[in-house]
Parts: sequence; structure tokens; C-alpha cells
Amino acid sequence: MEQLGVRPVAISVDATEVSRDLCRKAGYTYIFLSDPKAEVIRRYDLLHVGGGINGQDIARPAEFLLDSSGVVRWVNLTEDYRVRARPEQMIAAAKALQ
Amino acid sequence: MNQRRWNWPLWAGFVICLAGFATLPLFARFPVTRDVPWANFLLFGAGLVSLLAGLRRAFSQPEQYRGKIAGSILGTLSLVVLGAFCFIVFYQTRQLPASSGAPRVGQTAPEFVLPETDNHPVSLSGLLSSAIPQTHMPPKGVLLVFYRGYW
Repeated sequence: MEQLGVRPVAISVDATEVSRDLCRKAGYTYIFLSDPKAEVIRRYDLLHVGGGINGQDIARPAEFLLDSSGVVRWVNLTEDYRVRARPEQMIAAAKALQ
Repeated sequence: MNQRRWNWPLWAGFVICLAGFATLPLFARFPVTRDVPWANFLLFGAGLVSLLAGLRRAFSQPEQYRGKIAGSILGTLSLVVLGAFCFIVFYQTRQLPASSGAPRVGQTAPEFVLPETDNHPVSLSGLLSSAIPQTHMPPKGVLLVFYRGYW
């Protein structure tokens, strides 16, 4: 994604400390944002009530590719949250932004 | 009356099956064992093998080993636990909200401000306009990845 000039941003209900540890361990170049009250998650209609391991409200997995003016060019709403897919469509959509 | 031996594979098998189920949240913390819960499948496999070995002993050598009744009960309970496990892994985790209100292609993504890992607030408009290290220019796009979180 970075090679295509796209900035990846990860958002979850995890607190900043939790994301910081994750970020440090994995050496991610992602920007990690923390949405503990799920306010933005709700605004994007991604709330999964009680979906967390301990019954917490969390985000359902989803990805949005935005162009430089913030318009959505590609969306991925996963069907099974245990599986992470890296679709070619996202890469194609990112290339279309160039 | 002969003293029959304790049929430990029955109990070990049951305990291992319980562990296969109970460790789902534990293994779910690590991506390598989460997406396909093979560690849990292995535990169930081992547990069921042990149970079957114990049942074979109990029914084919009843004069040496106890466990026909206990084995049948434990075997049934283990299958129930396996059933619950399969329900969760193959069905429940696919039950996701419809999210029909999520931004669609062509719509403008809603603005937001959220803290980054250093607690510094970051806005979507800032993400779209501030320079990225690779090019020292604003990004061509932003990929928002909403994820479940690890805790």
C-alpha cells in the first residue's frame, strides 16, 4: 500500500496503550487509532454488539480505500471475521488512484 | 473379584477435549492460531483419539479395565463440546451485523478525530492532507482498516 502512496490507518476499540504494544512488536508502519467508545465505529455503521471475546462491543472488520479527497473508492466488508483476505481488487483500486 | 484398572485414557481424552474448547479465547489472541484454529482442532483430535482408545479398552477388555458407563458419558459430553466448538467456529463467527449504513463507493467518508498510539489526536482530513514519509507529499489515498482488536 505504501508503495502505491496509500496511507494505511488501523482503527479498533483497543486503547492506545494496547495498540502501542502491537505497533512496537509488529513494527507496523500503520497508523493505529483508538476508538474505545466505538463512536467512529458507530458512525461508519460497523458496530458489532457483544462481538468481542469477553462480550465487548467492537468493530466488525471492514476496509475502506479513500481517494485524496476522502471519497470512498473501494469497500471490503468481510463475511467471516476469522479470515483475513488481501483481495487483488484493493490493489487494483489503489492503482486506480494514481 | 479382580481389581480392574482405572481407564485413564477416557478421562485424559475428555479433559483434552475440554481444553480444546476452553483455549479458543487464548489461541484467538495470536493471528497464527486464530484465523484457522488448528491448535484447537489438534487438541480435539488428540482428545478424541484418547477417548476412543479408552472406550476400546473398556468394551473389549472389560475384565481388565473399567469405564463402560463413564466412557459412554464422557464420550457423549466430548461430542457435545466438539459440537459447541464447531458451532462457534463455523457459524457464530460468520454472524456479522449487516452494516448497511457503512459508507459506500462514491460517498464521502465521515470525518473523525481519534487518538493515535501516543495519544495525539488525528483527524481524517489530516490523514488525507499530511505528507507520508515515502514521498514527502500527501498520500494518493488512505486505507481505513477497521479491525476487531486483540483484547
